[in-house]
Amino acid sequence: MIGLEHYLTVAAALFVIGIFGLFLNRKNVIILLMSIELMLLAVNINFVAFSSFLNDMVGQVFTLFVLTVAAAEAAIGLAILVCFFRNRGTIDVEDVNVMKG
Amino acid sequence: MGSDISIALPEIVLALYAIGALLAAVYTVKDAAAGLLVWVTAAVFVVLAFWIGMDDSAAQTAFNGMFVADGFARMAKVMILLSAAAVLVMSKVYMEQRNLLKFEYPVLVSLAVVGMMVMVSANDLMTLYMGLELQSLSLYVVASLRRDSVKSTEAGLKYFVLGALSSGLLLYGASLTYGFAGTTQFEGIIVAVQDDVSLGLLFGLVFLIAGFAFKVSAAPFHMWTPDVYEGSPTPITAFFATAPKVAAMALFARVMFDAFGGVTGDWQQIVAFLSVVSMFLGAIAGIGQRDIKRLMAYSSISHMGFALMGLAAGTAFGVQAMLIYMAIYVTMNIGTFAFILGMERDGRPVTDIQSLRMYASRYPTRALAMLVLMFSLAGVPPLVGFFGKFYVLRAAVDAGLSWLAVAGVIASVISAFYYLRIVYFMYFGEETEALDAPSQPLLGGFLIASAAIMVFGVVNLFGIEPWAAAAAGTLVN
Repeated sequence: MIGLEHYLTVAAALFVIGIFGLFLNRKNVIILLMSIELMLLAVNINFVAFSSFLNDMVGQVFTLFVLTVAAAEAAIGLAILVCFFRNRGTIDVEDVNVMKG
Repeated sequence: MGSDISIALPEIVLALYAIGALLAAVYTVKDAAAGLLVWVTAAVFVVLAFWIGMDDSAAQTAFNGMFVADGFARMAKVMILLSAAAVLVMSKVYMEQRNLLKFEYPVLVSLAVVGMMVMVSANDLMTLYMGLELQSLSLYVVASLRRDSVKSTEAGLKYFVLGALSSGLLLYGASLTYGFAGTTQFEGIIVAVQDDVSLGLLFGLVFLIAGFAFKVSAAPFHMWTPDVYEGSPTPITAFFATAPKVAAMALFARVMFDAFGGVTGDWQQIVAFLSVVSMFLGAIAGIGQRDIKRLMAYSSISHMGFALMGLAAGTAFGVQAMLIYMAIYVTMNIGTFAFILGMERDGRPVTDIQSLRMYASRYPTRALAMLVLMFSLAGVPPLVGFFGKFYVLRAAVDAGLSWLAVAGVIASVISAFYYLRIVYFMYFGEETEALDAPSQPLLGGFLIASAAIMVFGVVNLFGIEPWAAAAAGTLVN
């Protein structure tokens, strides 16, 4: 029987993979965007699992909001990335280094 | 339904204004309307601030308890609107001279302000998330407003990636809180955490705090701040340093007290840790900075540490101290950025602090105003900045966090070094190539007004104290 814990475990694993993708990735900014998307989708699994477990619709409504915002976020991220590529000629993470922070 | 709309009317009006302004500018003269739009937007902000500030009705909730308009939200909104209006007005000429004055700029700032107003009025995790994202998405775009500059687009990219990470953390915390409390409403969460906190809720709380710490740029989640401050156009940096900080801090306090107010002990230690790390990191890392915008970034990290000290106290007086601190911080920052916006050589912006050498011999009034602001930022006694620090320190001592107050005093002394170094450069040191004569009386006006507030505010802090006390009273009960 697949219960709430299983869903939460999968979501937690995906979320951690997303965070590691952000920090360990040294290659490409697109992979950063994919990692962010993975984190948000892991959260969605959490919300839907809880929603079903609690028999409460609010979690699914929240999921729809998250999906919408994630789409807007990806659009803005790609737009900024295109501007950056025009100026810098590369989207390697290692080249995002004009300012040292 | 009708009363719901009337409670959220200022937000709705501003959102409709932003959409209307966007449509009107797109279909007519586009960027030629930008200058006018800046003035109109600033006027709309000021009118809304007065409208919200005059309202002193009791706390009301709307939309099935998702949105709350109380004294705390109103005070935060007034601070957000007035600081955003001041920054818009200050930025107009700077943006015009550098060919950056696009009509999207005031529209995006209005949308960010709508997001901030929703944030401080959030009474549900969903409202919180939508407000936060509206604010963040608008800010990512304005950070990279100078599309043809590597620095500006890089600042936007870094802000976007780390901002999205923080939203992810916050959202994961929200999902755990929802799952273990069974509701997204703050009223429901506070009932669920009344007696003891389950492990799931504790994880949710920690993730939420991590997300907020990113947004207020508290150490150890501060790494985006210096790069974003340095890379963005200076007026945008001034905006980042004021309104979003107030909104994020108010949201932080709102969630801690409205949703987790029953378990103060559980989050107090985390917030105190964030506070002490931010104060010291901002004070020590700022010492090595040569760029005044990066310096202001570390200064803001340190100041956020002090504001968090008020929150860490976990009392109504602590929230009052935090609100007073934020009001003073925003006023000082507006004056300081009015000065930075005026730093030019041969018409090009200069941000190196070395360029200020012997500034006082040429422009004594402005140097004196800057001296007052720097002393106030450092917290030197007779000035208003000292009273901000005094309130948060007293709140910490009253709450039994004397170690935090002592750490705050030490950090404040360390950070005084870099503020005083700017003063030293302006009054002593050898001559260098001169900066251009200040060309904008408006910036000078903001600078001198801000410095005058720092001097004359010592009489009664312009009555902000009882106002903040009333606002804190509606949040903590």
